[in-house]
Amino acid sequence: MPEAGPFRTATISVLVDDEAGVLARVIGLFSGRGYNIDSLTVARVDHERGISRINIATSGTEMVIDQIKAQLARLVPVYRVADLSQQGPHVAREMALVKVVASGEARVESLRIAEAFRARVVDTTTGSFVFELTGAIDKINAFVELMRPLGLAEVSRTGVAALARGAATI
Amino acid sequence: MNAVIQPGDSRAHDHSSATSSGAEVLLRALADQGVDVIFGYPGGAVLPIYDALFQQNAIRHILVRHEQAAVHAAEGYARSTGRVGVVLVTSGPGATNAVTGLVDALMDSIPIVCLTGQVPTHLIGNDAFQEADTTGITRPATKHNYLVKRSDDLARTVHDAFYVARSGRPGPVLIDLPKDILIAPAPYSPASTKPHRSYRPVTRPDPGAIRKAVAALKSARRPIIYAGGGVINSGPNAADLLGELVRMADMPCTNTLMGLGAFPASDPHFLGMLGMHGTCEANLAMHGCDVMLNIGARFDDRVTGRLNAFSPGSLKIHADIDPASINKNVAVDIAIIGDASEVLSALIKAWHEDDTKQDREALAGWWRQIGTWRKLDCLRFTQDMSPAATIKPQHAIRRLNEICAESRRDVFITTEVGQHQMWAAQYLQFEKPNRWMTSGGLGTMGYGLPAAMGVQIAHPDALVIDVAGEASILMNIQEMGTLAQYRLPVKIFILNNEYMGMVRQWQELLHGSRYSESYSSALPDFVKLAESFHATGLRAKNLGELDGVIREMLAIPGPVIADIAVDQKENCFPMIPSGAAHNEMILGPEHAGRAASITDEGLMLV
Repeated sequence: MPEAGPFRTATISVLVDDEAGVLARVIGLFSGRGYNIDSLTVARVDHERGISRINIATSGTEMVIDQIKAQLARLVPVYRVADLSQQGPHVAREMALVKVVASGEARVESLRIAEAFRARVVDTTTGSFVFELTGAIDKINAFVELMRPLGLAEVSRTGVAALARGAATI
Repeated sequence: MNAVIQPGDSRAHDHSSATSSGAEVLLRALADQGVDVIFGYPGGAVLPIYDALFQQNAIRHILVRHEQAAVHAAEGYARSTGRVGVVLVTSGPGATNAVTGLVDALMDSIPIVCLTGQVPTHLIGNDAFQEADTTGITRPATKHNYLVKRSDDLARTVHDAFYVARSGRPGPVLIDLPKDILIAPAPYSPASTKPHRSYRPVTRPDPGAIRKAVAALKSARRPIIYAGGGVINSGPNAADLLGELVRMADMPCTNTLMGLGAFPASDPHFLGMLGMHGTCEANLAMHGCDVMLNIGARFDDRVTGRLNAFSPGSLKIHADIDPASINKNVAVDIAIIGDASEVLSALIKAWHEDDTKQDREALAGWWRQIGTWRKLDCLRFTQDMSPAATIKPQHAIRRLNEICAESRRDVFITTEVGQHQMWAAQYLQFEKPNRWMTSGGLGTMGYGLPAAMGVQIAHPDALVIDVAGEASILMNIQEMGTLAQYRLPVKIFILNNEYMGMVRQWQELLHGSRYSESYSSALPDFVKLAESFHATGLRAKNLGELDGVIREMLAIPGPVIADIAVDQKENCFPMIPSGAAHNEMILGPEHAGRAASITDEGLMLV
């Protein structure tokens, strides 16, 4: 595959039939063809019609990203493929749970930074915090990096959920 | 059992169906889809289907000797008829043996429905006897696959599978059928007339793209049309339309390996096959053209050679039914999504509506240039004509072509994979589509014999020949038993050079003539082998025996193996080595032509 051209990131949303194996089809497509998955979320969004939404954050050259979209669109259970990062402004949010094990000044500092990031404390002991943080990927990355020297112990992230801004839907 | 028919289920409107087993419902759905023959092999999990088959006459079952062969036979049937080929195999090893055939059909876009048995639903996941995760294994081997877990879904799934297999870019579809679903009663429903809920491929091209393409083609000074298997898959009408467009526009036309027969080989506009073993005129015209129309081909690496040197400077138009084929390997200027027939008829219509005149003078110059390339006569070889002379493989194929043409019969050719396949592609002449069945994308040795069986089943009176090599033929030789059982008069024409010839050729050209494991040691006596399978064995050891053996092979009413001893040292030329460009072909020893240097990068490209 030609690797010419600059890399870009893309947030792709896919509406699929909520049938057995559909996630394996999507993941198998990415691994089989050597595409990147930076994050992936999947959940049923329309119980009545049995439709799930998969959000994939990926990166590649423009030609590769076009290929990814075309390959996704030809899967039989796929209804719709939308490249949110190309079709105008969109919101992309991720939730993270971040555990910090610390005492003394580091513990106080972690709480102070958490307030600045509007993270919530969802669990606390005398020696630890679990913070809940929602936001763009960059914000979560920045928060995790700040916690690292303060006693970062464990991170659990959901991956990106994304929607186009405004009244338009995919 | 989890299969329950709900009273009042709208799909159970047919009273008789309430008492039908899943297996009976399956066969009824197949019959409704127009299936008249299936290729299969029984086993524990599919016994209910075989029992139902035993009690009906609508569908004929052909018992193969290996499940891989069942898929290739279905491919031969599908490719020679344009219909969906159907396969029936059991769970576990039955399914895993079918995988090679499924990938072969996927790569070559052949419509297949493969039915696999599965252990009962309550045992799935328990590592039961002859259990395999068939849908998991075949997910990347099929266009789509299904596991039927509810009897209510059975009939709908079968209809759905046929729609998916034949629609858009065709391909293999697998239905995994747990044994309890086959035994329990199931409701029948006919195929839905409503559009498919999610899979609706575009077949009608965008008129704007068509107009742009016509404008580019009309202003071309050095055009070429490069047509592939998509034209064959679209049906014979597409081939007629391609002929009409090429002649109307007076443009040169080349075919891919998959596309041979889409344009008549005898037409003066035809440049032969292009690609790694294509003709000089086809490859040099691709390299030097200013406007290229690709219709139903996918810029495969065997066609393009080194990508950054592929047809530099040309405006590229790509028409394909699969949007994912566009801009995959080669960035194109004008993309047309649609079925080949519809694209071609739209192009012809738009051509008449566009007033622009072609630059006839430039076109005449282009044809003169092509004429000088043709004069190279790149497929030339020297056959010593004395009766005791060693037979050149090219000569054997050329005589096969000529003697077949004299017979005036409808001839269908299948091949195995290797040098003999390329010689067949170079020296046989195909005038019509659906007459040439070869494993293009996957390159599956052992394809040709079972594919020929499938072709012969579909065309009982036709002359069906498997052009084979002595190594490939042994990969599915057990199918001689199937030929005998059904009295299928398939002719197997073995170019026997006692080597895996293409491996040997690459070892000679790229690996310092170190012939590592490519010699066919301990070969069977093919004449005796044929006889032991109730067929006729013939042998030609020298030129004097060749024509007689070919004529005798065609005259014998039953299956024949013709073992043709050919020159062991012969290589297949022209050749574009891996990593080289179209204008860097190696020509045969007949030519003092230039040889491309083979790069390290090329060595890695297989």
